[in-house]
Amino acid sequence: MLPRVLRRLSMSLLALLMSGCSAVVLHPSGDVALQQRNLIIASTVLMLLIIVPVMVLTGWFAWHYRQSNTKAHYDPDWHHSTGLELVIWSAPLLIIIALGAMTWIATHTLDPYRPLGRLAATRPVPEGTKPLKVQVVALDWKWLFVYPDYGFATVNELAAPVDVPIEFQITASSVMNSFFIPALAGQIYAMPAMETQLHAVINQPGNYEGFSANYSGAGFSDMHFRFLGKSQADFDAWVQSVKSGGGALTREGYLALARPSEREPVKHYAEVAPGLYDLILNLCVQPGKMCLRDMMKIDAKGGLGMAGVHNVGRLAYDRPPALNAGQSEPPTGLAYVLALCATPGPLWSPAPPAAAAGN
Amino acid sequence: MSTHATDAMNAPPAQGFYLTEEHHPENGTMLGFWIYLMSDCLLFAVLFAMYGVLGGNYAAGPGPKDLFELPTVLLNTSMLLLSSITYGFAMLEMARQRKGATLLWLAITGCFGVAFVSLELTEFAHFIHDGAGPQRSAFLSSFFAVVGCHGVHVTAGLLWLGTMMAQIQVKGFRPTIQRRMLCFNLFWHTLDIIWVALFTVVYMLGAGA
Amino acid sequence: MRDNSELIHFIFGRLTWDAIPFHVPILVYTFIVVAILGIALLGTITWMGKWGYLWREWFTSVDHKKIGIMYMVLGIIMMLRGFSDAVMMRLQQAMAFGGSTGYLPPEHYDQIFTAHGVIMIFFVAMPMVVGLMNVVMPLQIGARDVAFPFLNNFSFWMTVAGAVLVMLSLFVGEFARTGWLAYPPLSGIAYSPDAGVDYYIWSLQIAGVGTLLSGVNMVVTIIKMRAPGMTLMKMPIFTWTALCTNVLIVAAFPVLTAVLVLLSLDRYVGTAFFTNDFGGNPMMYVNLIWIWGHPEVYILILPLFGVFSEVVSTFCGKKLFGYASMVYATVVITILSYLVWLHHFFTMGSGASVNSFFGITTMIISIPTGAKMFNWLFTMYRGRINFDVPMLWTMGFMFTFVIGGMTGVLLAVPPADFELHNSLFLVAHFHNVIIGGVLFGLFAGINYWFPKAIGFRLDAFWGKVSFWFWLSGFWFAFMPLYILGLMGVTRRLSHFDDPSLQIWFQIAAFGAGLIFLGILAFLMQIYVSIRNRASLRDHTGDIWGGRTLEWSTSSPPPDYNFAFTPLVHELDAWADMKQRGYQRPVQGFLPIHMPKNTGAGVILAFLAMACGFAMIWHIWWMAGASFVGLIGSAIVHTFNYHRDFHIPAEEVARIEDTRSRLLAQL
Ligand code: HEM
Ligand SMILES: [Cu+2]
Ligand SMILES: [Cu+2]
Repeated sequence: MLPRVLRRLSMSLLALLMSGCSAVVLHPSGDVALQQRNLIIASTVLMLLIIVPVMVLTGWFAWHYRQSNTKAHYDPDWHHSTGLELVIWSAPLLIIIALGAMTWIATHTLDPYRPLGRLAATRPVPEGTKPLKVQVVALDWKWLFVYPDYGFATVNELAAPVDVPIEFQITASSVMNSFFIPALAGQIYAMPAMETQLHAVINQPGNYEGFSANYSGAGFSDMHFRFLGKSQADFDAWVQSVKSGGGALTREGYLALARPSEREPVKHYAEVAPGLYDLILNLCVQPGKMCLRDMMKIDAKGGLGMAGVHNVGRLAYDRPPALNAGQSEPPTGLAYVLALCATPGPLWSPAPPAAAAGN
Repeated sequence: MSTHATDAMNAPPAQGFYLTEEHHPENGTMLGFWIYLMSDCLLFAVLFAMYGVLGGNYAAGPGPKDLFELPTVLLNTSMLLLSSITYGFAMLEMARQRKGATLLWLAITGCFGVAFVSLELTEFAHFIHDGAGPQRSAFLSSFFAVVGCHGVHVTAGLLWLGTMMAQIQVKGFRPTIQRRMLCFNLFWHTLDIIWVALFTVVYMLGAGA
Repeated sequence: MRDNSELIHFIFGRLTWDAIPFHVPILVYTFIVVAILGIALLGTITWMGKWGYLWREWFTSVDHKKIGIMYMVLGIIMMLRGFSDAVMMRLQQAMAFGGSTGYLPPEHYDQIFTAHGVIMIFFVAMPMVVGLMNVVMPLQIGARDVAFPFLNNFSFWMTVAGAVLVMLSLFVGEFARTGWLAYPPLSGIAYSPDAGVDYYIWSLQIAGVGTLLSGVNMVVTIIKMRAPGMTLMKMPIFTWTALCTNVLIVAAFPVLTAVLVLLSLDRYVGTAFFTNDFGGNPMMYVNLIWIWGHPEVYILILPLFGVFSEVVSTFCGKKLFGYASMVYATVVITILSYLVWLHHFFTMGSGASVNSFFGITTMIISIPTGAKMFNWLFTMYRGRINFDVPMLWTMGFMFTFVIGGMTGVLLAVPPADFELHNSLFLVAHFHNVIIGGVLFGLFAGINYWFPKAIGFRLDAFWGKVSFWFWLSGFWFAFMPLYILGLMGVTRRLSHFDDPSLQIWFQIAAFGAGLIFLGILAFLMQIYVSIRNRASLRDHTGDIWGGRTLEWSTSSPPPDYNFAFTPLVHELDAWADMKQRGYQRPVQGFLPIHMPKNTGAGVILAFLAMACGFAMIWHIWWMAGASFVGLIGSAIVHTFNYHRDFHIPAEEVARIEDTRSRLLAQL
């Protein structure tokens, strides 16, 4: 009876462990993630070199020196040994020196900002390869992908040809997210008004999971997208289908898209307003808002002086995401800096000059 | 380490298991207050860091050159520094146990302090009236925060000063009150130092650069 | 009509009936249960006529031992709340798969993980650590009390005030939905316009003042009030770790205060520190909060390292191996803990050199930590190990913590962290060190010092039951999370699509169930021990054969701790005294100078809480009034010059004679 139960238990445990083996972090499909996986394993093994002896010794000492074992040597005054102290400090030190060296090298070779040098362990990037550029925008709660070289955009669907380096430029519209496709490469934050970069390559065709790995509000749990690794031919076909699908992502269209929504279905836009990503990054998709880029230029010259104080507008609406029923919206919209010489567009209304920002 | 303790350490009674007289560890108020002041300095360090990072972000609004009037600030600085000097006189008078004179110098110190705070508030009101309030840009936010935090400290110091004057008036120079006077001395000087840093980093560099 | 609504708005700010969650059944039931329990408790106290006693002997007490015990009680109560949150999350995540969205919509789930994190860190771990230091440290250094006894009482009540605000958010309004560190822009007014983040800010600010003052207090106590002869290198190891922790508190909490002030300014005044449109920079918030946050985790763990050291050496009947290297290790950790904060956001896109710098500094911390591990190990070597409950917790710690330490170092390798950051692997890691280190240490400490603080031992049977449930529960609840993390599952999710993950969440929920039994067994342990206190009582004052000064006085110690201040000649002063044939003094008692109890702390903290509540709900008149009241009462308190008294020599003699009689009966 008991053995059978035990066997059943161990069988199911084994099954569980097998399913654990499908862990994507341990079995990635992109070279960068693979190198990161190898690093995880190497570091773990290195540390186990010291962890295992410690655990074995702990168990052994605990057993051997138990009170009831009166045969064990008892030496209440033994509390110092220079030799042992040296070992105690130098053993972890040696491990950390090894691990530190590994870290230094790997952090530099796997720097997400660094263009890829190889497609896989034995395959350097062929001379003259043109990487695929993708601009990624984390919206409340979906992902926008702009393909600048192709001039189209998608929502919640990203595709790339196998064995072609991909260059991501990443930003966010409102709050912080993290762009993560575990099968492809480690994550990097997507932050409003800032750009991060990621270089990666997918080595096997497939349909992979991508998502935000940084909590961003109510719709966060459903903020995933599919990442499609395709053969070059399939990718070209996919590009064609997006391109011929019609639809355009205008600035107004983007502003509507950016409002909070959950479980957004996949969308394709054959065309994208020129420079849209740049406008998003500079927080000035809204007509009439000053772009951060311009603001920084002005600031570098010392600002606009007292003339600049009233150069402030107020969004006619805002998009507070997680409002429950019954909770009031903030009393006023958010303030922003007006573009120079802007003509009031339909999307904003100027604040009376005396009013300052906030509430 | 208390003096008692060191004595005891240097010459431990052969079998001594315990002190046979009452143990009076040295009073820790000054040390405690000093530690508190250090932690307060960290608060300012954070605000300075914010100013360091955000101080150039005028958001296409006014910058320090457009706003700061060094003569006023210099006047303000002299108020604060003078108040420190007059507080020193109050300490000297306390050492001579002269109540009236101490109170007089404390009152003068307070007047300088009030002048400082009023000048600062006037400056703030002026900025806000001109539309350069703390909301206008990150530069102004961090300016108001770091200068304002100092101002809040000075104001708290003034309340403390007033309380101490009342206590000296009512209770005379008790040891506790003398200790408070010493703590206040530390506090006031720390605020001076922070102000000098503020004056240099925020006002001088701002108006000059 | 219009005037009326303005008046109401003036009186109540933005607090309306809508803020009371009548429409949320779970909360209504919770409220009913809490209300019934609360009324029952208050009723019992009233019925037994204990209010006067509680007020005089406890609430207004400036005795470090009583304040310490009150801190522990607060921590245990809040642990029940924090754990309920954990169970709710575990159930939700075990249920919410595919079509099912579980029973908690995101707006609740998101509050729950935020509240759980905040409560567990600030109102469970912190109070219990501070409480333990309060009870033990002055006794270990042979002092009569801490340096500033009134401040100690005030600090405690400020912590309570913060905890009350968090609890209030359950029934009045809502708590933050931002995660326990409330990163902007999400925590800014634009994305979190309601009162939740304000609850977060004010409860932490108020409790933070308490923590900071208590830190100052203890540093001064340790520096100034040690018994004669106790040089720094003769200080008990727990006191050393307490010193380092309190130095960290003093040097880290101002940063938290500052960063929360700036966030409040953004929310209340509309400044532009952490918003983008006017040139602000949210990354500054992330940096600053972790400049506090990383030292915070060492604030929590260091004193428990001290506890383990005391327990190991006592229960192995041996001196601690490598005392000096233990002290150096502690100091090194203290210093290094300021140089690692960036490891919490390698993924922000700092350059490779910056990332590797912070990765490597983090790894360096594991060297002294490893040295500590070995020191405990070699203390066991050639010992006579008594596996009583405190030692069991210590063994549980040694086996569990090494795993957490290892995964921590793994997360310090930036490219590895890119894959594991924010995943359930991370969640498993920090629970591994926090539960396996901090909580196990607290339980070890509670079991070890309970007899000292209260006068009788804790029941060993229920202690062991509690230990085994906690240990197994921990492994069941968190090992699956390591695996889920490797499967690429991120944290803070309220439901999942992939059904193959569900089994792991169910195992984790089972683990949480075991932990629940562990908590019940712990409560049972306390109950049974109180019931059987007569047989568990300890008259020796030195129940475990301890080595440090706290064991030289009676259990519980008299108000004045020591009739005569002990003289210290050696490390492990009490072991040394016993060895040299110590005779308890039985005559020649002197009057003892002691601080008087005061209600000022309760009043001040209450006003601070009222002020916080008013600020949260924008009730400006009340905020102003309570703030003025706060300052006013503080000033009035400085006019109180009757803060101390003498315990007459006859009274001391009477207490000591009673003890002599009890000792003679042994
Ligand atoms: C006693 C058993 C405990 C259980 C079952 C438990 C469970 C959990 C769960 C399910 C989460 C959410 C994970 C996610 O985001 O998906 C969580 C988060 C967290 N826990 Fe615990 N926990 C326990 C004890 C503790 C303790 C003792 C502490 C600290 C002293 C703690 C601190 C935290 C923190 C800081 C978070 C992060 C909150 C956030 O995401 O903002 N937990 N815990
Ligand atoms: Cu950034
Ligand atoms: Cu850290």
